[in-house]
Amino acid sequence: MNIFYSVCLVLVILSMLGLLYRVWKGPSIPDRLIALDAIGVMLISAIALLSILFDTPFFIDVILLIAIMSFIGTVSFSKFIERGEIIERGSDR
Amino acid sequence: MYGRRIFLEFVLLIFLPLVFAILIPFAYKYVKGIHTGWFVLLVPLLLFGYYLSFIPLTMDGGHAISEIKWIPSLGITFTSYIDGLSLLFTLLITGIGSLVVLYSIFYMDKHKEDLGSFYVYLLLFMTAMLGVVQSDNTMTLYLFWELTSISSFLLIGYWYTRDRSRFGALKSMMITVFGGLMMLGGFILLSMMGDSFSIRELIAQAPELVNQPYFTLALVLILLGAFTKSAQFPFYIWLPDAMEAPTPVSAYLHSATMVKAGIYLVARFTPIFGTSSTWIWLVTGIGLLTLFWGSFFAVKQTDLKAILAFSTVSQLGLIMSLLGAGAISYHTTDAMFAFATYAAIFHLINHATFKGGLFMIAGIIDHETGTRDIRKLGGLMSLMPLSFTVALIGSLSMAGLPPFNGFLSKEMFLDSMVALQHFELFQFDTWGILFPIIAWIASVFTFTYSLYFVLKTFLGKGKVDLLPKRPHEAPIGMLLSPLVLASLVLVIFFIPNLVGKWIIKPAVMAVQPTLYASPSDIKIHVSAWHGFDSVALWLTVAIVITGTLLYLTIPKWQPLYRLQPAKLSLNEAYDALMRLGEKGMNRLSRVYMTGRLRTYLLYMFAFLSVTVIAVLFMKDAFMIDMNSFAAISLYGVLNAVILLLSVGFVVFSRSRLAAIIALGGVGYSVALFFVIFKAPDLALTQLVIETVSVALFLLAFKHLPALNTHGETTKNKVVNLIISLSVGVMVTLVALSSHSQKLIPSISQYYKDTVATEAGGGNIVNVILVDYRGFDTLFEIAVLAIAGIAVLGMIRLRVSSRKETTDENK
Repeated sequence: MNIFYSVCLVLVILSMLGLLYRVWKGPSIPDRLIALDAIGVMLISAIALLSILFDTPFFIDVILLIAIMSFIGTVSFSKFIERGEIIERGSDR
Repeated sequence: MYGRRIFLEFVLLIFLPLVFAILIPFAYKYVKGIHTGWFVLLVPLLLFGYYLSFIPLTMDGGHAISEIKWIPSLGITFTSYIDGLSLLFTLLITGIGSLVVLYSIFYMDKHKEDLGSFYVYLLLFMTAMLGVVQSDNTMTLYLFWELTSISSFLLIGYWYTRDRSRFGALKSMMITVFGGLMMLGGFILLSMMGDSFSIRELIAQAPELVNQPYFTLALVLILLGAFTKSAQFPFYIWLPDAMEAPTPVSAYLHSATMVKAGIYLVARFTPIFGTSSTWIWLVTGIGLLTLFWGSFFAVKQTDLKAILAFSTVSQLGLIMSLLGAGAISYHTTDAMFAFATYAAIFHLINHATFKGGLFMIAGIIDHETGTRDIRKLGGLMSLMPLSFTVALIGSLSMAGLPPFNGFLSKEMFLDSMVALQHFELFQFDTWGILFPIIAWIASVFTFTYSLYFVLKTFLGKGKVDLLPKRPHEAPIGMLLSPLVLASLVLVIFFIPNLVGKWIIKPAVMAVQPTLYASPSDIKIHVSAWHGFDSVALWLTVAIVITGTLLYLTIPKWQPLYRLQPAKLSLNEAYDALMRLGEKGMNRLSRVYMTGRLRTYLLYMFAFLSVTVIAVLFMKDAFMIDMNSFAAISLYGVLNAVILLLSVGFVVFSRSRLAAIIALGGVGYSVALFFVIFKAPDLALTQLVIETVSVALFLLAFKHLPALNTHGETTKNKVVNLIISLSVGVMVTLVALSSHSQKLIPSISQYYKDTVATEAGGGNIVNVILVDYRGFDTLFEIAVLAIAGIAVLGMIRLRVSSRKETTDENK
C-alpha cells in the first residue's frame, strides 16, 4: 500500500514542478497567481499523503492552515492586482 | 640613610596648591579690592619655608618618605620621597613660584584679566610639578606629569581669543602628551621587569634590570618622555610657540620648572639606565645637538621672548649633555665625570635664577614699551636703569662671564666636555673629540645671543618716539622678583661651595647613589680661579673674543639664516605631520567609507568567509563523516529541487512581483521540508509567517524601488558572484564539518523522558518553549512587541517629522 502512496506523492510533486513552470513562464501575473493557488492545493495533498506515509495525525492542522492561507493569499493578491493595494484606507482620510 | 618622624604627613602638602585652587575663584569673586595674587602668594611662600627645613636632613645624605595609599591592590601610592634631588627641585618650584606670583601681581591687570582662572591654572601646575619631583611611584609620577602638560596647555592658551595662543597651546599639548604616553609605556615595561612601581626599589634592582630583554626599549621610551618635556632636539619646537603665554608663565613654566621635569626624569633614572652605553650616547649626544641648535637659532630671532626660548632650549641641552657625561662615572673612576653631574645640577640652579630674571625683564619691557620686537627697541638704558642692570647680570651669567654664577657652571661644563675625549669605552675615543668642539661653538653662539639680547635692547641710539608706549621704569613691585633673582646670581658666584654643600651634593648623591656613601665623598671644590693652566679658562677667553667678533659683525652674517628654506624647518615638518594626520586620514577613510551599504556588506561577507574558511583549513577542522548521514528520501530530493528552482527564480527574476511570488515559493517549500522532517509546529508557523511576510512585501510594494537588473556593471556582478559563492561555500563547509564531529551527545533524550512526568505535557516542542526554556520565549515576545511598537512609531512619527522639517525650511 505504501508504494501506492509514494507514487501518488511523486506525482503530486511532479505536478507542482509543472505548476512552477507556469509560475516561471507567466506570461501574465494572473497566470502565475492561479498556478500558485494550485500549488497550495498540491501542497495540501502532498502533506496529506506524507502524514499517511508517516502514520501520524499531527499534520492535519497544517492542511487546514494551508487551505486558509492559500485562500487569503490568493484573495489579497487578486485585490492587489485589481486595486494596487491590499488594505484600503478608510474613507474618512 | 634614615627617615625622620614628622608631625605631618607631608605628602599632603603636594595637594595644598590644589586645595587652594578650589578656593581661589571665591576670593576672586568676593574680594574685589585686593589683587587675587596676594592670596595665592601665601601658598608657595609657606611651602618654600616648610621645605627649607628639610635641608639639614638631606645635607647628610638622608631622605624622608611620606605615603598615602591610593590603589593599594595595584601598588599605586602617593609617595612623597624627599632626597637631595627632589628637594632641589621642590625649592626651585616653590621659591621661583613665589617670585613669579609676586611678579604676576604687578604684571597681570586686576581689572582687565581673568585672574581667577590664571591663578587656578598656576596652582594646579604647582601641585603637578611638586608631584612630579616628589613621587616615588612611577604611576603617580605619570599622573602628575600629565597634569603639568594639561595645566601648561591651559596657561599657554590663557589669552584664548588669540589664534597664536591656541596654536601654541595645542602644539605643546600634542608634543608633550606624545612624550608622556611614551614614558608611560617605559614605566610599564620597567614595572614588568622589576615587578614594582617604586623608583627606589627599581634602583635597588638596577644591576639585574640591565640584562632584561625590554631594558633598551624602556630606556628609549622614558627618554622620549624626558626629551619632549625638556624641549630637546627635535621636540623643542613647542617651546618657542609656548611664548604666547603671559610672561610670568613663560618665566615659571618654560624656563625654570616644567621644562626641567625632563631633566629631573633623566637625573632620577640615571641610577637605573646610566650603566647603558645607549643612555650615555643618547643623552649626551642629543643634549649637545640641542645646545648647538638652540644657541645657533637664537641669534636669528627678533622677538625677545623667542630669543629666550631658544636660549632655554640650548641651556637645557647643556644640562642634559652634562647628565649624560655624568653617567660615564659608572664606568670609570675618573673624578671628572662625577664632576659632570655636579656641573649639571649646578647649572640647573643657575639657569633657573638668571633665565627667570631675564624673562621677567622681557615682560617688563613688553609692559612698558608695548613691544617685544628687538628691531624696534634700543636705547632703554637710561630710561630703565634697574631693568638694564638685571638684564645685564642675567645675560652675562648666561654668556658665562665672571663674576656671575653662569661662569662657574660653564667652566665646569667645558672641563667635562674636554674630559669626554679621554674616555675610552663605547667608541668615545674616536668621536669624543667632537664633543668639546661642538660645545665650544655652541658656547660662542650663546655668548653672541646674550650680548644681542641685552645690548640691542638697551644700548644704541634708540627709537623711543616710535614705540607704542612712552617707556619708563617699571614699578618697584614688578622689579622686586627680577632683582631678587639677579642678586642670587651674584650671591651664588661668591658662595658656590655653600650652595654645593647644602643642595648640590645631596642631589648628586641621589643621581649616583651607588658611588657615594656620604656627601663628604664628593670631593668637589668649586672655585672661580683655576690658574692659568686650566683649559676651560683659555676656552672661555676664546669664547669671549670670538663671540664679541661675531656680535659686532651680526649684520654681515645674519642673512645666512635666510639660506635655510622655510620648507625644511622642523616647524614645517610638524605642520605637515598635522596636515597629514588630518587630511590624509580624511582621505583614507573616504576611500573605504563610501556610504554605500553594498560596499560595507561586501567587506563584512568577504572578511567572514575568508577568515572562516582559512581557519577551517589551517586548523585542519574540515572533515566529512559519511556514516553519520541519514538516508536520503525521494521526497526530500524532489522538494530540494523545488526549493532550488524557486531560489534561482528569486535571484534571476526580472520583475519585483515575480520575485516576491518566488520568495513565497521558497517559504512554502521550506514548510514542506519541515513536514518531511516531521516538525508539525514549525511547519504551521512557517506557513503563517510566510504568508504574512509575502503580504507585507505586497503592502510595501509601491514603496520598493524598481528591480534594477541592468544597472549593475559586469564587474559588480562578478564581485557579487564571488562573494556570494564564497559565503555559500563557507556555510556549507561549516555545516558539514560541524555535523560530522559531535563532541558531546545531545541532551534531547532528557526532554523525551521527562516531558510527560516532569512537565505534564505531550507536545515536546511547546513544553520546551514555555516550560524548560520559557525565558527565550519571553524575550521573543518582547522582540515582537518592540517591532510592533517601532512600526507604529515609524508610521506615525514620519508625518510629524515631515511637518517639522517643512517648518524649519521656512
